[in-house]
Amino acid sequence: MTAEIIVVTSGKGGVGKTTTSASLATGLAMSGKKVAVIDFDVGLRNLDLIMGCERRVVYDFVNVVHSEATLKQALIKDKRYENLYVLAASQTRDKDALTQEGVEKVLEELGKEGFDYVVCDSPAGIEKGAHLAMYFADHAVVVVNPEVSSVRDSDRILGLLASKTRRAERGDGAIKQHLLLTRYNPARVAVGEMLSVKDVEEILGINVVGVIPESENVLAASNAGVPVILDDNSFAGQAYSDTVARILGEERAMRFLEVPKKGFFQRVFGG
Amino acid sequence: MGILDFLKRKPEPTAAVAKERLRIIVAQERSTRGAPDYLPLLRNELLEVIKKYVNVDLEAININVERDSGHEILELSVALPETAAAKTS
Repeated sequence: MTAEIIVVTSGKGGVGKTTTSASLATGLAMSGKKVAVIDFDVGLRNLDLIMGCERRVVYDFVNVVHSEATLKQALIKDKRYENLYVLAASQTRDKDALTQEGVEKVLEELGKEGFDYVVCDSPAGIEKGAHLAMYFADHAVVVVNPEVSSVRDSDRILGLLASKTRRAERGDGAIKQHLLLTRYNPARVAVGEMLSVKDVEEILGINVVGVIPESENVLAASNAGVPVILDDNSFAGQAYSDTVARILGEERAMRFLEVPKKGFFQRVFGG
Repeated sequence: MGILDFLKRKPEPTAAVAKERLRIIVAQERSTRGAPDYLPLLRNELLEVIKKYVNVDLEAININVERDSGHEILELSVALPETAAAKTS
């Protein structure tokens, strides 16, 4: 048994990789899959906070790689879904704490333990941590904001995914690339202040798998340590649910791409 | 649009500029992707040499590596400014 490995990556920092990893892993677990989500950002542990399990971290990814703890000891079971587990990043400052062989060993063991999906939350940049997070992937979710530096960096990442991964090296068929546009503001797009979905798709030559609208609920969710996909009332949460369904092969129409209709008072007074 | 909207200062519509800039830089970076690491260095040194004779800027030099079956072609083109002839004479 091997697990499907999905890397969540972007190149640029602060675009929503960890938010996406948390919601993607939770969404997959909600559909009944056994899921592990791994924080590859050695030195800057954050996924545990977004998943709301920061106080239950005893052992981390590096401990497992160095055989200081077993995988079972290090996997933190989610409080909400019993088929969802978190593997926290180490806070060591040693950049070489992760090795390719070590990562491979952990991923293989997760497959043997019956995991269906492993979500790898990549650190920003294109250095070792980011390379290891993408190396074994079967799918990649490239998170991009409608903003020049993020779009340029994601093109770079798409190039690396096509050449510097195990699938590419072995000629096993390409990684499935999914472009996810986050922090999208339809109102600003409508007045020409922000790149549109179509603009980003045209520049990068790849269609988006989802568009997550900019939403105050994302900050609220991370404040509370609850992945935003669990907030059914928020557009961002619903957009993540759609995205996960599409990654699982379901067809769903895009939502939240238009400016929401304003009520009477808003029309009169603006806002 | 609300009647009070004129009070808010609106940023300029700049998405079209962003798109055009990205289109160019992404195309350029894709063309050099997978090319040898020394290319940017080579390009800069060539620029220095050419500058001794003709005043061109970095954007005037275009380097491409094309792969054919079995061999690679290093293609170099320099766009000379229109007044170049006058300067060198």
